[in-house]
Amino acid sequence: MKKLSVKTVVAIGIGAALFFVLGKISIPTPVPNTYVSLQYAIQAVFATLFGPIAGLLIGFIGHTLIDATSYGPWWSWIIASAFAGLVIGLVTLKLDINEGLDSRKTVQFNVAQIIAHLLSWGLVAPCLDILIYSEPIEKLFVQGLVAGIANMITTGVVGSLLLVAYAKTVVKKGSLNKEN
Amino acid sequence: MARAAILSYIKRNSLVHELTGTTKLIFFLAWSVASMITYDTRVLSGMLLISIVVFKVSKIRIRDISIVLGLAAVFLLMNNLFVYLFSPEYGVELYESRTVLLTIAGPYTITLQQLFYHLNMTMKVICVVPVALLFIACTDPSEFAASLAGIGISYRIGYSVSLALRYIPDVQREYHNISQAQQARGIDLSGKDKLFTRMKNSVAILLPLVLSSLNRIETVSNAMELRGFGRNKKRTWYVRRKMQRNDWLTIAFVLTVLIVDLVVTFWDGNRFYNPFV
Amino acid sequence: MASPVISFQDYGFQYMAQAEPTLRHINLDIYSGEKVLIAGTSGSGKSTIGNCINGLIPFAYPGKSTGKLLVDGKDAEQSSIFELSHTVGTVLQDTDGQFIGLTVGEDIAFAPENNCVPQDEMKQLVSRVAGLVDIDHHLEYAPHELSGGQKQRVSLAGVMVEDVKVLLFDEPLANLDPAAGRTTIELIDMVHERTGAAVLVIEHRLEDVLWRRMDRIVLMNEGGIVADMPVAKLLAGNLLLQHGIREPLYLTALRYAGVEIRETMHPEHVGSLVLGQEDKEKVRSWYHMLRTGIHSEQYGQELLRIENLKFGYTADKTTLQDVNFTIHKGEMVSVVGRNGAGKSTLAKLICGFEQPVSGSIYMDGRDLKGDTIKERAVRIGYVMQNPNQMISKPMIWDEVEMALLQSGMPKEERSRRVEETLKICGLYPFRNWPVSALSFGQKKRVTIASILVQRPQIIILDEPTAGQDYHHYTEIMDFLKELNGKGYTILMITHDMHLMLEYTRRAIVFSEGRMLADTTAAHVLNDPGLVEAANLKETSLYTLSLACGIDEPQVFTECFIGYEQKEVR
Repeated sequence: MKKLSVKTVVAIGIGAALFFVLGKISIPTPVPNTYVSLQYAIQAVFATLFGPIAGLLIGFIGHTLIDATSYGPWWSWIIASAFAGLVIGLVTLKLDINEGLDSRKTVQFNVAQIIAHLLSWGLVAPCLDILIYSEPIEKLFVQGLVAGIANMITTGVVGSLLLVAYAKTVVKKGSLNKEN
Repeated sequence: MARAAILSYIKRNSLVHELTGTTKLIFFLAWSVASMITYDTRVLSGMLLISIVVFKVSKIRIRDISIVLGLAAVFLLMNNLFVYLFSPEYGVELYESRTVLLTIAGPYTITLQQLFYHLNMTMKVICVVPVALLFIACTDPSEFAASLAGIGISYRIGYSVSLALRYIPDVQREYHNISQAQQARGIDLSGKDKLFTRMKNSVAILLPLVLSSLNRIETVSNAMELRGFGRNKKRTWYVRRKMQRNDWLTIAFVLTVLIVDLVVTFWDGNRFYNPFV
Repeated sequence: MASPVISFQDYGFQYMAQAEPTLRHINLDIYSGEKVLIAGTSGSGKSTIGNCINGLIPFAYPGKSTGKLLVDGKDAEQSSIFELSHTVGTVLQDTDGQFIGLTVGEDIAFAPENNCVPQDEMKQLVSRVAGLVDIDHHLEYAPHELSGGQKQRVSLAGVMVEDVKVLLFDEPLANLDPAAGRTTIELIDMVHERTGAAVLVIEHRLEDVLWRRMDRIVLMNEGGIVADMPVAKLLAGNLLLQHGIREPLYLTALRYAGVEIRETMHPEHVGSLVLGQEDKEKVRSWYHMLRTGIHSEQYGQELLRIENLKFGYTADKTTLQDVNFTIHKGEMVSVVGRNGAGKSTLAKLICGFEQPVSGSIYMDGRDLKGDTIKERAVRIGYVMQNPNQMISKPMIWDEVEMALLQSGMPKEERSRRVEETLKICGLYPFRNWPVSALSFGQKKRVTIASILVQRPQIIILDEPTAGQDYHHYTEIMDFLKELNGKGYTILMITHDMHLMLEYTRRAIVFSEGRMLADTTAAHVLNDPGLVEAANLKETSLYTLSLACGIDEPQVFTECFIGYEQKEVR
C-alpha cells in the first residue's frame, strides 16, 4: 500500500472527528426512531476530496467511536460505514472538485454515493449481520434498506449542496466586475 | 460545554488500568471476535460472567456509565422487538422444535424456542458491552495510537485516531458556536420545518464547519510536517508502557477463552447450542 | 565575521496558483543569536519569507523560485522540510493547530517521537525543555485545559526540543490578550537568552513586540524589503506609516505635539525614551491646548439593561455573576477583559444562546426572558469573531438574504431590504460576487450586513478586528463608526486596548466572571489597579504623560484620542 500523506492522515483524523460529532446529533425524521445521519454527507465529501482510504478510515474510526461511546461496537455496521466511504472514494477518484463542479460531476458524485450506500446497507451490513449475529434475513434487509435509503437521501441532498458550495468557494478570482 | 453525555476515560487505580493499552486492545478485539463467532449458550454465559468480574476489578462504578448502559438497553430492546415483529418463528426454525407458550394474534405466538433465541442474541451483545465500555473508560486516550502501533497497524493510521480524539472537543465547540449563530438567523434543525427544508438548512451550519475544518487540516498537517511527522518508517511513543507480567497473562487468558470458545462452539458442527433436541 | 545562519540572495518566489511573484529580490542575512522583527501588512510577503525558511515553501506550497536561499549554509531548495526542521523551529500563529498531542507532554515529545528517540531519553528531554518555558507542572494537561498563553509555551517547547538554531514566530500575538501578549514577548526574550538561537518574529503589532529589545527590523512591502535597520532608526523615520504599519502610540503622540523623533531618544520603548526639557514642554503645551476642548457626549434613552445576571455552564461552576449595566441608544461600548473573563458568555446570554441562572435582561424596558433566539435576533444582532465561521452561502446576495428568507418575507420586500443593507455596507457593487473573492475585511462586512438586514437595534461584535493588520483594522472600525453614526447601537467584545481607546468612549471591564468597572475607556487604562486586576495592559500614553510631568494621564489619553478623531481622520 502506498504511504498515506501527512495531509491524508490529518484529513482522516479531523474527518473522523466531524463524523463523530455529527453522528451524536440527532435530527428527527417523520419515521419514528430514524434520524438524519449528517455524518454520511460529510464522509462522502471528504472521500471525494481526499480519496478512498480517507473515506474508509473516516467511516471506520468515526463509527467505532460513536458506537464505543454509546453501546458497544456493532461491527457489521461499522464495516458497512467504512465500506461506503471506500466506494465513494474509488468512484470519484478522478473527480477534481478544485477545478470546479459541473452537473456531470454532481451526477457522478451521486452515482458514487448511491452505489456505495446500496452496497453497504443492502448487502455488506445485512450479510455480516447474518454471519455474526444470525438475525432473521427479512428484518436485516428491511432495516438495511431503510438505513441505506435514508443515507442516500441525506448524502444526495446535503452532500451535493456542500460540494456545490465548496466548489464555488474555490473558484478563481477572474472576470468579476463591480456593478452599479 | 459538550452537552451530549459521552463516555470518556475515567482515571482510577485498578488492575485493568495498569494493563497497557495494547493488552486492552487485544483483549477487546479478541473478546469481540469470540462473542461474534459463538451462539453457544454455555460459552456466552461464561463470557458474560467473566466480563462482569472484570468490570468489578476495574473499579469503574455503574453510576459512571449509567447513561451508556441506558442507551445499550434501549438499543437491545428495539432490536429484539424488530426481530420478533419480522420473524416470530425464527427460533423455531433454528432450534427445529416448537413449544408454544402463548398465542397473541395472527402469526404472533410466543414459543420457548423464540425466547431462547432472543436470550442468546441479547447475551451475545451484553457480554461485549462491559468490555467495550472498560476499554474506553480505562484506557488513556493518549495510549490509543501507541496501542494500535503495538498490534502492527501503521503509525500513520494510529495517529489519525489520536488526532480524531484530539480534535473532537474543538469540532464540537465549533459546531455549537456556528449553530447558535445560525439559529439567530432563523436556521433551526430541530424545529417544525419540513424534513427537506431541515436538510437544506443543515448545509448552512455544515458549510462553515467543513470549510473551517479544511483550513484546520492544512494548519495541522503543516505543523506536523514541520516537526518531522512521517520522516521515518517507525516512530517511538512518549506514552507507550512496557508489557508487564500481567499483560502477558491477560493476553494468554483471552486467547484461551477464544480457543475454548471455538472448540465448544464448533465441537458438534453447529454454532448454536440446542437444548431442545 | 561568522557566516549567516540564513541568507537570502536576490531571492524571489511565485506561488504556483498566482500570476505575480509574492517575493522579489530579497537580500537578507540573519546571523546566529540575532533577534529580528519582520514587519509588514498582510499581503506584504512577510509570512511567505517565514515559509521559505522553514521549508513549507516549496515543499508544501509549490511554486517557482529565483536566486538563492541558504539555511545553515545549505541550499534550502535541495533540502527537505524534515532536514530544515532540525535547524529552524516554527511556532505557528494558530496554537490550537500546532497543539497536536493529546496532552502537553505528548505534544512536546512529538518531534522526538518522529525522530525515533528512545522513550527514556525522550522523557528527560521533555521535562528539561518544559522547564525552560515553565510549563513543566502541566505535562498531563489537555489543550482545552490551558490558556492561550500556556498553549504558546507548549508550541515553543515543541520546537525547542529539537535544539534548533533559528526560532521562527509567525504572528505570535494574534490571538492573545494584552497581558498574555506581553508575557509571550518576555518568554521569547528569555528563550533567546537561554538558547542563543537566532529569533525571527513576524508581527505587525509593533509596540507590543518592542516590549523587549529587538536587534533590527525588516520592513516588507509588496514582496520586497523596504527597510532593514536598527529599531531606533526605523522608528525615527516615517517609513512605518507609509507602509501601513502602526507606530507605537507614544511616538504618535509625540509627533502630534510637534516633537521630532530622533534615534538618540531611544524611541524603541516608552520606558527607554529619553526626552529633553524642550520636548517635554512641547508635549505639555499641546496637552494644555487640547484640554479645554473636551466635552462629554449626550446619549439617548435606555436600550438594554442587565440586572444581577448570573450564569454557569455546570451547576457547580459560575462563569458569570453580579453583572449590572445599561446601554443607551446610539452608544458604542467596549466590553473588555482577558480571554476567558466571561465576555463572550455575556454576549451569548444577551442573544439567548444560553439561559441565565438568575437575573434579567431588559430591552426597551421589557424582560427578554422566554424570548427565543429567533425572536431576540430581530432586535439584537450578533456577529461572530471569525467571518468564515458565519458565512454559509457561497454568494454574497444569498448570504445577506438568508435570515429574511427564513422568516418568510415576500420577495419584493426582501430584495428591497437586501439592496438597502448592501448599500449601507458598501457591498452593493459586489452583490453578485462569490464570498470567496473578498478580503477578510469585506467578509466581515458581509457578516455584518447579514445581521443588519434583520434591522436589529443593537449589534454585538465579538473581537471585530482580531488578527487584522492596521489597514484592515482601520477599514473595519471606520465602518463600524459609520454605522454608529447612522444610529446603530454597538457593543464590542475585545481585548484590543487600542480599539477600545480609539473607538469607544465607554468600557465595561470583566475579570474572572465578574464586572470590575463600567467607566470611560481612557480611565480603564490609566487606573493601574484596574489594569492589574483585569489583566490588561496600560497604554504607553500613560507612561509618556507621567514622564512629561502631566499628572492626569487619563485626561491626556482622552485628549490624544480626541485630537486623533478630529484632526487626523
